[in-house]
Amino acid sequence: MDLTWTPEEDAFRLEAREWLAANAPGGLPSGDTAEGFAVHVDWERTLFDARWAAVSWPTDVGGRGASLWEWLIFEEEYYRARAPQRVTQNGIFLLAPTVFEYGNAAQQAHILPRMAGAVDLWCQGWSEPDAGSDLANVSSKATRDDERGGWVLNGQKTWTTRGAFCTHLFGLFRTDPDSARHRGLSYLLVPLDLEGVTVRGFGRLDGDEGFAEVFFDDAFLPDDAIPGGVVLGEVGAGWSVAMATTGSERGLTLRSPGRFRAVAAQLLDLQRKRPDPELRHRIARAWMRAEAYQSFTLQAVTALAAGAEAGPESSINKIWWSELDIELHGLALDLLGDDAELDGPWTRGWQFSLSGPIYAGTNEILRNIAAERLLGLPRK
Amino acid sequence: MRFAPTQDDEELRAVVHRLLDAEVPASAVRAAAAAPAGHLDRSIWTAIEDMGVLDVLVPAEDGGLGLGLDALIPVLEETGRVALVEPIVESAAVAAPLLGERRPGLMCGATWGGAPVPCGLDVDAVVVVGDREVIRFERDALELEPLETVDPGRRLARLAHAGDGTVLTDDPGAVAAAFHRGALGTAAQLVGLSDRLIEQTVAYVQDRQQFSVAIGSFQAVKHHLADAAMELAFARPVVRQAAHALDRGHPDAGRQVSQAKAAANEAAELAARTALQCHGAIGYTVEHDLHLHLKRVWALRRSWGTTAWHTEQVARALDI
Repeated sequence: MDLTWTPEEDAFRLEAREWLAANAPGGLPSGDTAEGFAVHVDWERTLFDARWAAVSWPTDVGGRGASLWEWLIFEEEYYRARAPQRVTQNGIFLLAPTVFEYGNAAQQAHILPRMAGAVDLWCQGWSEPDAGSDLANVSSKATRDDERGGWVLNGQKTWTTRGAFCTHLFGLFRTDPDSARHRGLSYLLVPLDLEGVTVRGFGRLDGDEGFAEVFFDDAFLPDDAIPGGVVLGEVGAGWSVAMATTGSERGLTLRSPGRFRAVAAQLLDLQRKRPDPELRHRIARAWMRAEAYQSFTLQAVTALAAGAEAGPESSINKIWWSELDIELHGLALDLLGDDAELDGPWTRGWQFSLSGPIYAGTNEILRNIAAERLLGLPRK
Repeated sequence: MRFAPTQDDEELRAVVHRLLDAEVPASAVRAAAAAPAGHLDRSIWTAIEDMGVLDVLVPAEDGGLGLGLDALIPVLEETGRVALVEPIVESAAVAAPLLGERRPGLMCGATWGGAPVPCGLDVDAVVVVGDREVIRFERDALELEPLETVDPGRRLARLAHAGDGTVLTDDPGAVAAAFHRGALGTAAQLVGLSDRLIEQTVAYVQDRQQFSVAIGSFQAVKHHLADAAMELAFARPVVRQAAHALDRGHPDAGRQVSQAKAAANEAAELAARTALQCHGAIGYTVEHDLHLHLKRVWALRRSWGTTAWHTEQVARALDI
């Protein structure tokens, strides 16, 4: 065991802290509205220009070549500084790790810097009206058109976060018309300005237009719409490529401990300002669970840094942070009492926290996965 | 940053695991629990001592291994896994670094806050962790009364009267650390108990059939076990991190120990509830071995500080 940071890591933290203190804007509007999104894209470009947009990426695609440890440090500092939400997250934290794993050189060289620089803004096109938890029930089709050199897309995606504001979609499409379930799917990279693509934004529970549904009506996706090709991984191997993305979504990268430790620290501050002796122990417990997420993560990153593959433990990771987020925000609302009806950061955070056990695999599905793959219980 | 045991620490844990696996089946736990007060067989204790477990925290200049809790805590998890009756936390974690010299064969009890002494009539000496000092009493300086306990493996005795003892330390930091080692060692045993309870239950629900299928295929059962496994997975690193902090005299070490004991208490409580519920009626018998672990969890999660007590320590440390 060695739980100390190196002088280089300390220096990295200090550099991040100072830059964020000088540059991170406060009080931005929600990034889940058209006007707010534009403001957030400006912030993303500021991050990119200073090479903070994707610190763990290699320098030639816009990163700093930072270690996983430094990435964790940056996340801690980012949330401690209360810097803005990351509207690029679905690209940088979900698609990018999959592009690093499955993308060819041309795809990587084109996609990654434009993603980090918020030139191309990526949304996730997985769920469909009849494919939610049962993702393998995807029915959107991509039909090969060799004559024109591309794919003809038909179908509908939904719950696409910030889809109405994004420029590109990464999605699962059935490329083998005779296939069923997990087979015959491909992971496609789709510009949203194709003819035949219609994006309709709609309001979430919190009122923001954070959701979209995306319709494909004979939309033609040329093979060269993305340099290196519009298929990520092999044609027909979409399911296994998608599973790499879910590993990122549920595991380390989407929601790091820094995010929840910052909220827990804010909850402690709120208790000090508006003390409620009845809630004191529950607040201490919630804080402890945020700290436990940090300890768990240090252990997990040690294993990853030693070359271990991220495995099914990402399922319990996601259950943990999503339920922790509700606990933290719910306690804050209890402390606010009558003021908890008023719109504000805690009430917005509370509403958003309620989506945590639903997105990135419902916690019910994740409990099945944990029981089957971590504990070895029978599927049927 | 490296959050993992060293290879040496891992090897020590592994050899103790093999020893306990072979020498401490449920039948041995039952036998140890059933031995008359004062007549606990010492063969398992001797085997554990031969592996150096009692010397892990003893400074090298006193003839010990001079290692830290980083090395001992995983070993204590193993002793929890088998529901070891012998007072290993008391001897190896609480007393050993304070005794000053190695005394081969010594079985030392320990107590804090007026709690009864585990294996009280079996031990050779008792270390009493007080508010201001840690005092060692030889067995013949103490009047101890055996108690009826829910878990007979606790072999508790009430300290009715103490004669002359030796003050081992009155340094406030050392006194606090002795308590912290007791709480953390107990947390480690709770982690091990939880691990074994989940393992046993997973095996049971894979085997047990109802409605012509293994009950482990039912989502209700899966979700119980997934939750228990999650609580354990998030408690273990908290215990390991607190051990590291205590080894290094970190200013937050006491708070981290309280976080660890609270987390281990909660994980073990859920593991025990889940194990019993998923076993159904067979778990609610004394014929099945499950109750050995259940009862130990009930005992240890209130020993060396309840969840509420430790949560209170954390709340105070956080100034809320």
